[in-house]
Amino acid sequence: MNYGTTLLWKRRALSSLSATRRGLPKEKMSENGVLSRAKVLTIDTMNPTVKKVEYAVRGPIVLRAVELERELSEGMKKPFSEVIKANIGDAHAMGQQPITFFRQVLALCSYPELLNDSTFPEDAKSRARRILQSCGGNSMGSYTASQGIDSVRQDVARYIERRDGGVPCDPDDIYLTTGASDGIVTMLKLLVCGEGATRTGVMISIPQYPLYSAALAELGAVQINYYLNEEKCWSMDISELQRALDEARRHCNPRALCVINPGNPTGQVQSRQCIEDVIRFAANERLLLMADEVYQDNVYAEGCQFHSFKKVLFEMGPEYSDTVELVSFHSTSKCYMGECGFRGGYMEIINMDDEVKAQLTKLVSVRLCPPVPGQALMDLVVNPPQPGEPSHDNFIKERTATLSALAEKAKLTEQVLNTIQGISCNPVQGAMYSFPRITIPEKAIQEAMDKGQEPDMFYCMKMLEETGICLVPGSGFGQTDGTYHFRMTILPPTDKLTILLNKVKEFHQKFTQQYS
Amino acid sequence: REREGARDITNMSQQAANGVPCRGKVLTLDNMNPNVRRVEYAVRGAIVQRAGQIEKELKEGVKKPFTEVIKANIGDAHAMGQKPISFLRQVLALCSYPELLEDNKFPEDAKHRARRILEACGGHSIGAYSASQGIECVRQDVARYIEKRDGGIPSNPDNIYLSTGASDAIVTMLKLLVCGEGRDRTGVMISIPQYPLYSAALADLGAVQISYYLDEDKCWSLDVAELKRAVDAARQHCNPRVLCIINPGNPTGQVQSRQCIEDVIRFAKEEHLFLMADEVYQDNVYAEGCKFHSFKKVLFEMGPAYSSTVEMASFHSTSKCYMGECGFRGGYMEVINMDPEVKAQLTKLVSVRLCPPVPGQALLDLVVNPPQPDEPSYNTFMKERTAVLAALAEKARLTEQIFNEVPGVTCNPVQGAMYTFPRIALPQKAIDKAKEEGQVPDMFYCMRLLEEEGICLVPGSGFGQREGTFHFRMTILPPTEKLKIVLQKISDFHVRFTQEFS
Repeated sequence: MNYGTTLLWKRRALSSLSATRRGLPKEKMSENGVLSRAKVLTIDTMNPTVKKVEYAVRGPIVLRAVELERELSEGMKKPFSEVIKANIGDAHAMGQQPITFFRQVLALCSYPELLNDSTFPEDAKSRARRILQSCGGNSMGSYTASQGIDSVRQDVARYIERRDGGVPCDPDDIYLTTGASDGIVTMLKLLVCGEGATRTGVMISIPQYPLYSAALAELGAVQINYYLNEEKCWSMDISELQRALDEARRHCNPRALCVINPGNPTGQVQSRQCIEDVIRFAANERLLLMADEVYQDNVYAEGCQFHSFKKVLFEMGPEYSDTVELVSFHSTSKCYMGECGFRGGYMEIINMDDEVKAQLTKLVSVRLCPPVPGQALMDLVVNPPQPGEPSHDNFIKERTATLSALAEKAKLTEQVLNTIQGISCNPVQGAMYSFPRITIPEKAIQEAMDKGQEPDMFYCMKMLEETGICLVPGSGFGQTDGTYHFRMTILPPTDKLTILLNKVKEFHQKFTQQYS
Repeated sequence: REREGARDITNMSQQAANGVPCRGKVLTLDNMNPNVRRVEYAVRGAIVQRAGQIEKELKEGVKKPFTEVIKANIGDAHAMGQKPISFLRQVLALCSYPELLEDNKFPEDAKHRARRILEACGGHSIGAYSASQGIECVRQDVARYIEKRDGGIPSNPDNIYLSTGASDAIVTMLKLLVCGEGRDRTGVMISIPQYPLYSAALADLGAVQISYYLDEDKCWSLDVAELKRAVDAARQHCNPRVLCIINPGNPTGQVQSRQCIEDVIRFAKEEHLFLMADEVYQDNVYAEGCKFHSFKKVLFEMGPAYSSTVEMASFHSTSKCYMGECGFRGGYMEVINMDPEVKAQLTKLVSVRLCPPVPGQALLDLVVNPPQPDEPSYNTFMKERTAVLAALAEKARLTEQIFNEVPGVTCNPVQGAMYTFPRIALPQKAIDKAKEEGQVPDMFYCMRLLEEEGICLVPGSGFGQREGTFHFRMTILPPTEKLKIVLQKISDFHVRFTQEFS
C-alpha cells in the first residue's frame, strides 16, 4: 500500500470513529479507489427494525405478478392471458359488487345536492343527513373527533350490544380506525416496553396474518408463536399456548395474546368452548387479549358459529368480565361489504386502565382522525336498512347473495383441492382463504434451497410463471417446520374459481411429476 | 432467576398503595410504551378537551357567557363554513355510486374523470385495495402536476407515494431515518415554532429533536446561521441527519424567500442532511411580494451538483389550500435522490398497511388534474377556488390589522397558511398565578379566554417559542363577519386580562 493510500485509510478509519460526532459526511471507497459521498440515508443507516419487516401478502411474489401483468399489457406472449391475483383478500377486485345502499349513502354524503334527487330512497337520505349533521360544517371534508364521529361510535356500540345479546357496550370504549390494521398496530405500540429479558412478548398464531409479525418486527417486540393444530382443523390448543408461553418467559415478558377468529389464513372458526378456554388462559397468565374479528360475518361451515370474545367474556361472569383486558377489532374490508379501499374499522376496548386509555386517546389525536368516508361506511354497516325501510329487501338480497356465494366457493375450494394427490385442504370454515398443505418432492426442495428460496415460494413462483395464478406461499404466514402450504383466496367468481382450481390441480400434478 | 425477573415486571403494578399485593392491570401507565407517554399534540390537547366538555355543557343547557364554542384551534376549513369545491364532490359521488354516470345532472368532465379513476381501480370499484404506493394513474397525474408547477422539471411517478394525509408520509419518512443509540441516535432538525406532529413523531420514535429558532423580528424567517448553531450544538449529543422545514409555515404563516430556500438547500448539502419539505400550504400565499417556491424547483435550478445529490422528500395534502378536504386524508410525498435499496424498503414498509384510503387518492387526482379552460366545469371551479383563496387572503390581512391594534399583542403579517401566531405580553402577576396553578402561562391565558368567551385557541407553548415569550395560534378560517367578532372578543379579553393582572 503506498503512502497516499495509507493516509486515505487512516483518515477513513478516523472518520468512521467519530464521523457522526464530527458531522462529516461518511465517505466510501468506490471500486476504483475514488472516494465518493455516500447518501445520508442508506441501507446501513436506516431504521434497522424496518429492515426486519416482511409482509408476504404484498411481497416478492406479488411484485413479480405485477411485472408479468405489465409484460402482458405490452403484448408479451405468456402461457396465460391474465394474472389472477388470488393473493389478497380483496373482494371487489375479484368482481364482488358493492352493497347498493352503502354506495348511495356515500354518494349523498359526498355531494349533498343529491338529497334533492328523487332517485335516492328515503332511508339512504335519512342516514346521509344524520351523518352530515354530525360532521363539522355538515361536510365529510372536516376532521372529526380523533376517536371518531360520536354518533357513529354510538351506533357501533348499539350494534355490538345487539350482536352480543344485550351485553352493554359503552361508546366511549369505541375507537374508529383506518382499517382494523391501524387499531391493531396502535394497541401493539402501546404494549411494547422493556429491554432484553423484560422486552414485551406478544403471542400470535402460526400460521398468522403477517401484519402481526410485521408490526412486532417494526416495534422490536418479541413474537411468541403458538401453533394451530392442522390435524384438528386449525383449532387452538391450550396446552400449546401454555408451552409457548412458558418457553417465552425465559427470554421476554409475555403480555399479550392475539387471536384471529375467524382465522386468517386458516379460516377456522373457533368453538365457544375454545374461546372460553382462551379467555381463562389469558386471565390466569395475565395477558391482554387482542381479538381480531374482521371476518365475523364470514362463517360458512355447518355447525360453526361466530362467538364474539366479548360476549363469551361477559357470559363467564364478573370474575372475568370485570378484569380481563380485551380489545376486539372489526373492519369494513371483509364480511359482505368488501370495502377495502375505504379503510374503515373500529376497536372496542374492555377493562383498559383509565390512565392508559387517556394515553391512547392522546396518541390517536396526533393523526387527527380516521378517513371520514370510512367512518360513514362503518356507520351503515352497523346501522343497515331495517325491515320496513325501503332499501331493506334489496339490501338483504345483496348481502345474502354475497355470503352464500362465498360459502359455495369455500366448499368448492375444499372439495377440488382435496381431489389432488399431494394436496390436503382443511374445511374452509370461514374467512376468505384456503390454506392447503402441499407435498413438495425432495428434488424440488433441493432446487429451491440451491436458489436460496423457501420451497413453497419456489413452488408458487413456478405456478405464477406457468399459469399466471398468484398465491402466497405458506412461509409468508408461518407453518410447522418441514410442512408447506399456500394461501389462496376463494374470491374469484365461481366459474373463474373452478377454472383456477383446475389449473392449480394441473400445475401440482405437473410439478410433482417434474420433480419426482 | 430471569423468569422471576420477568414476572416481577408483570407484577410491578400489583402492589397497592398499602403494600398489599393485588391484581393490577396487565397494561398500566408504568408498563406501557414509554415513548408514547412522551408524545404531546397540543392542537388536540388539554384545551381542546376542555372545549369539548364546554360544548357538551352548553348542549345540556348549562348557562355560559357565550352561546357557542368557536374552535379556532385547528386548520379545519369546512368545519368553519368553507364550502367544498363542487367539481371535486361531483366526481367523488360518481366514483362512490357509478350508477350516477347515467345521470345527466353531472357534467361530462366530471364523468370523464370518474370513469378514468374507476378504470384504474380493481373491479372498477373504489372499494378495492389499490397498489400500496397508490393508484398508478393518480401518481402519474401527480407527477405531471409537479412538472407543470415547477416549470417543466421532470418528476418520475415512481418517486410519488400517495399517503393517508401528509402526516402519514412524514411519519413514515422519519421512521425510516431513525437509527443509532446514545450519541449516535438520529437527530432531526425542526423549527421553533413547529407543527407539533413533528415533535410528537420524534418522541414516539425516540429520535432526538433539534430545535432551530425562526426569527420573530424578521417575520419568522429562517436564518442559516441559526441552523448552523443548532446543528453544531446537536452534534455533541446525537447524529443530526434530517432537516425539516414547513413552507408556508405552520403556525407562523411565513413564506420563505427563494434565496432562503437556496441557502437551506446548500446548508443541507454541506451538513449532509436529508431534507424534508412540508409544503401542504403551497396554494395559501396571501402577502404582496410573497410567492411559493417549491424546494424541488429551487433544488433543480441550483444545478446538478445539488439536484443529483441532495436527498429530499416533499409533502402535499388535500386538507389545506383551497380544497380543505381534511376528512378525506389525501396526500402524497415525492422522494428525490433516494437510495434505491432504501426506496425498496420504503415500498415494502407502506405495503404492510395495504394502501391509503381510495376516496382520498381520487380526491388528490382531481386536485392535480382540475378542470381545464375548455371544460364545462372550469368557470365554476375557478370562481369557487378564487373565492376561497381571496377570502383567506382578506381574513389574513384583517387578522394582522386588528391584532396589531391591541396593546400587548404583536402580530407578524400572515403571509400564508391558515393561522396567526401573535405574541402576547403577559403581566408578571398572571405568569405567577399560572405557575401557582401548575400551568404554562400561555395555557393559563388561553384557558381563561375559553371559559370567558368560548373561543378555543392553542397556546404557543404547544408549538414551541423562545423562552420568556408567549403566543397563541388562532386559525383565520371563520367566515369574515364571525372572524371580526372573534378578533374583537379576543382583543377585549386581552385588555381585560392585562388589567386584571396588572
